[in-house]
Amino acid sequence: MSKTSSGTLYRGHEGMWSWVGHRVTGVVIFLYLLVHVLDTALVRVDANAYNAVISTYQTPWMALGETGLVAAILFHAFNGLRLILVDFWKQGTKYQRQMLWGVMILWVVVFAGFAIRHLSLAFGGH
Amino acid sequence: MSVTIPAPRSQRIDPKYKRGPKSRGSFEMLAWLFMRLSGVALIVLIFGHLISNLIVGDGINAISFGFVAGKWADPIWQFWDLAMLWLAMLHGTNGVRTIINDYAEKHSTRAWLKGILYVATIFIVVLGTLVIFTFDPCVAGSTLPQC
Ligand code: HEM
Repeated sequence: MSKTSSGTLYRGHEGMWSWVGHRVTGVVIFLYLLVHVLDTALVRVDANAYNAVISTYQTPWMALGETGLVAAILFHAFNGLRLILVDFWKQGTKYQRQMLWGVMILWVVVFAGFAIRHLSLAFGGH
Repeated sequence: MSVTIPAPRSQRIDPKYKRGPKSRGSFEMLAWLFMRLSGVALIVLIFGHLISNLIVGDGINAISFGFVAGKWADPIWQFWDLAMLWLAMLHGTNGVRTIINDYAEKHSTRAWLKGILYVATIFIVVLGTLVIFTFDPCVAGSTLPQC
């Protein structure tokens, strides 16, 4: 890696961190998808085996993991829309920083809604 | 006074950045475009998936073999899940391919990692597709009333 890190517009700023976040969430979602297709494939083998695996997804600890996964998906999805706008919208590069704030606000709001709903279901409330 | 301006060099790629022997035509541009088109489609597909499975009704507590059988009795959900499987797997595989190209500098390491990636992708896509199309509500252990 280059050692001349000072004085660039990109390195260490929002642009770089949103790229790191996009990359890490992309890999995490992909790895989960591989596992998720395998566990769903149990419906083709035995109904009880499928129900047994799904019941582990319904425990509080796994629900915390699912909440984290949805946090990753929501960031990747909203930031992905930002990337598409940067590429295709004439003003995209000019407003990329403001759009990142939009991404973060949208992310907090939608994630909070999801987390309240999902965790109250998984922890037994209504 | 005449000034000599060097010929444009934009076509020249420093050999240290060349990682493959051959040019791939427009493949990389199509892959770039696919990432954006599939991304937009995946927002709709994944958000619909999360809402119908985790938000409405009893959410995660309602998921069981019977829940899946109920969804896949509807061809729309079969198509939904099939499209989501293919688009997410191709989008994710292409993204991981980019990441391997970025970090694995040795030619043989890159070839191995991408080989493993493609085998895993083909396996998961074929398996998932078969599961959707050959789903049997009366598989072993099923307690659905019609069986
Ligand atoms: C929810 C909708 C999604 C949107 C809008 C979206 C959008 C994007 C975009 C625009 C890129 C950048 C591609 C490029 O730089 O050329 C990208 C990269 C990536 N995406 Fe997605 N994506 C979504 C879902 C997913 C899913 C479900 C997965 C995993 C299966 C995934 C995994 C990746 C990976 C691994 C990368 C590569 C990251 C990198 O090169 O740094 N994405 N996504």
